[in-house]
Amino acid sequence: MGVARYWREIPARYNLIGKKCQVCGKVYFPPRTICPKCRRKSIGRMQDYKLSGKGTVESYTIIYTPPPEFEGKAPYAIALIKMEEGCYLTGQIVDCELDEIHIGMKVEACFRRIQEDGKRGAIYYGYKFRKAES
Amino acid sequence: MREVAIIGIGMTEFGELWQKSFRELVAEAGVKAILDAGIEGENIDAMYIGGMSTGRFIGQEHVGSLALEVAGLEDLHIPATRVEAACASGGVAMHQGYIAVASGMYDIVVVGGAEKMTDVVGGEATNILASAADREWESFFGATFPGLYALMARYHMHHHGTTQEQLAMVAVKNHHNGSLNPKAQFRREISIEDVLNSPIVAEPLHLLDCSPITDGAAAAILAPVDIARKYTDKIIKIKASVQACDTLSFHSRSRFDSLPAAVHAAKKAYEMAGVKPSDIDVAEVHDCFTIAEIIAIEDLGFVEKGKGGKATEDGLTALDGQIPVNTSGGLKAKGHPVGATGVAQINEIVMQLRGEADKRQVKGATIGLTHNVGGSGGTAVIHILEAI
Amino acid sequence: MAAIVGYGAYVPRYRIKVEEIARIWGRQAKSISSGLNVFEKSVPSIDEDTATISVEAARRAVKAAKINPEEIGAVYVGSESHPYAVKPTATIVAEAIGATPELTAADYEFACKAGTAGMQNCIALVESKMIKYGMAIGADVAQAAPGDALEYTAAAGGAAYIIGKEGIAEINETVSFTTDTPDFWRREGQPYPGHGERFTGEPAYFRHVGTAAKMLMERIGSKPSDYDYAIFHQPNGKFPVRIARKLGFEKKQIEDGLLCPIIGNTYSGSAMLGLAAVLDIAKPGQRILTVSYGSGAGSDAFDITVTDAIESYPRQGIRRMIEEKKYVDYATYMKFRREFE
Repeated sequence: MGVARYWREIPARYNLIGKKCQVCGKVYFPPRTICPKCRRKSIGRMQDYKLSGKGTVESYTIIYTPPPEFEGKAPYAIALIKMEEGCYLTGQIVDCELDEIHIGMKVEACFRRIQEDGKRGAIYYGYKFRKAES
Repeated sequence: MREVAIIGIGMTEFGELWQKSFRELVAEAGVKAILDAGIEGENIDAMYIGGMSTGRFIGQEHVGSLALEVAGLEDLHIPATRVEAACASGGVAMHQGYIAVASGMYDIVVVGGAEKMTDVVGGEATNILASAADREWESFFGATFPGLYALMARYHMHHHGTTQEQLAMVAVKNHHNGSLNPKAQFRREISIEDVLNSPIVAEPLHLLDCSPITDGAAAAILAPVDIARKYTDKIIKIKASVQACDTLSFHSRSRFDSLPAAVHAAKKAYEMAGVKPSDIDVAEVHDCFTIAEIIAIEDLGFVEKGKGGKATEDGLTALDGQIPVNTSGGLKAKGHPVGATGVAQINEIVMQLRGEADKRQVKGATIGLTHNVGGSGGTAVIHILEAI
Repeated sequence: MAAIVGYGAYVPRYRIKVEEIARIWGRQAKSISSGLNVFEKSVPSIDEDTATISVEAARRAVKAAKINPEEIGAVYVGSESHPYAVKPTATIVAEAIGATPELTAADYEFACKAGTAGMQNCIALVESKMIKYGMAIGADVAQAAPGDALEYTAAAGGAAYIIGKEGIAEINETVSFTTDTPDFWRREGQPYPGHGERFTGEPAYFRHVGTAAKMLMERIGSKPSDYDYAIFHQPNGKFPVRIARKLGFEKKQIEDGLLCPIIGNTYSGSAMLGLAAVLDIAKPGQRILTVSYGSGAGSDAFDITVTDAIESYPRQGIRRMIEEKKYVDYATYMKFRREFE
């Protein structure tokens, strides 16, 4: 991945900044340019919106066969997470036993290393999720 | 809009074909189809070729032009176009070919699909296949393609009670069918234990729940029904050709236990063909993973939502069942050279409708369906064919 | 002078016991543990590093202090394990807490006192009215050569401090004692540090910590019994106890700030995490002495008085956080430390 492609998504990847449609109020993450419900009415009316980071696990899997960038990091959990704001996203779950993960588990976002571009390239940070504190 | 028929089919064997290059695969499938149709090169008006990621698998783009050159038809200067929709590339190529003929723009059209996946190492292939998913918001975080279908599987198991064993039964059935298909990558029967004991790829999916990395190519020749009679008595009419799309990312979908694009395409296809799900005699569905077949037979209306696992267990979709699914062995046993799959599915249904499926023959099959999906459901293409 | 407006701390969840490391290298765990007064150390997960630890600590500080991160005018991250040799950790943190783009930022290196050096800089910027709030972070994922003595203590963790005009604790005075003393170092491009073994004791740690503490008490006219708590840099669980005794402090004054026995030496995070543990329980009016130490060498000493505002501050409970742990074996420890790459 080129650094420009990574840098462009930093607000979303570091701070879960999505978009809220000012017409219907729906929150989208990852950020979208156009609200699929309001379509043309939403043009220019999608505002930055920071998610709380809290969500629940809707489904999950444990990856045993990782892609090359994640070689040496398996097994790790990937989950489909329903965020408080109603939108869904995909992310890793960390800092708990793999067999603790269950549908309905409450999680919160944390800041972790996601990938790196070999030994000489850039490091890519982003969100992962851990058991919610309370 | 004219009625469109398939007048010829051809495909290579599927497998790890070290000796055959991408170009040779394209040539082999194309030539077989042209000979099967009994047409001359001069008759061809256009070519559509499906290929998911020729750029990354073999470093080659502009594959339409390559296919033309491989076919030796450059003097005709006909249009040749590569079509891409991840794993639905072949099906979409078919749909493009259908539109071309139905509209009256072209008469005889060659539709093909090919993928050469073994010229790169396994890890690279996994990475390339991950581009069928959302690179920025799924693959970036480590979600693999099997991982996304695993999310679907766990969700389906949680909400509908589908079991690990029922998933395995899909693989067992398809391997049985594959053992009867001389072109299949895997021709060995397997048991439920084999599946459950195979290494876990992405829980709950085991290695044998997943379709393999495969080389292969398939082709079909389309012609308007009126002209078709000049070439063959066995007219296979395309009664429906429907493509539908949905979000690329799985997490943005409106449902997690179904592929809304497939449901939508199927509904429109049944309307277009004037048939009901129960009229289908044989179907080739997109079993990139075992869970995908279970969801497919629900989405296609063969069974109620949630009952796909039980139906498989009860033998509904077996070769001798009420609605035989994946008689070719499916993507699971026949193999999944990504871009070729959609056209290979057409090949199988045409053979079934012609009565040429030999040991896999579904007796008296007259109406068949193909279901080809791209990514985790971002694209779905349904074809309904009838022998007339 | 200036005040601590808020603080946040983070220690990774994983631990490895001294006895597990000793087992691998065929050493006597009991004598190592009792010799160092360290029983286990924190281990960063495979996807954690100084940047992620700094962000976690910083986010906690901002949340607890209830300030607008856009009003942070400076972010400094002190560490000897920055993820990049060139490209600051401070900008990653600043972006992740929403402090960008109107601020100054830089990374500090001064072995284990890089974080407190950042604090001093923030104090100066606040006092001179150049900024409203400054954030100084000390964090590390310390490296030690496998089999080396330092392996038993080199740990991971970090703390972030927000400095401003007024807050939960007043920083009354700070002094530093700095000399060129090569007791411990890491050459450019080398993965592991080198050290002068016993030279790291008297001429290095004890000289600088002791002198800085005496200089501070002389400057401000205080004596050990004036303090409710004293925190010293903790390369192991013995040095801070020894220097405390030497200077005339009692065991009970240093107990609450002594984390090394259960998390190891978090290097740039060491003194700052110790201070966090004390602030977690301190009462208004109580007085704290904090002295950091960085090899190379130098010590920063701080005289701090807790204010009434601490009663309404949501305390982190760093000791509670440290209780949530999972032990790993040596092979997993190596995998997490990415030694196999």
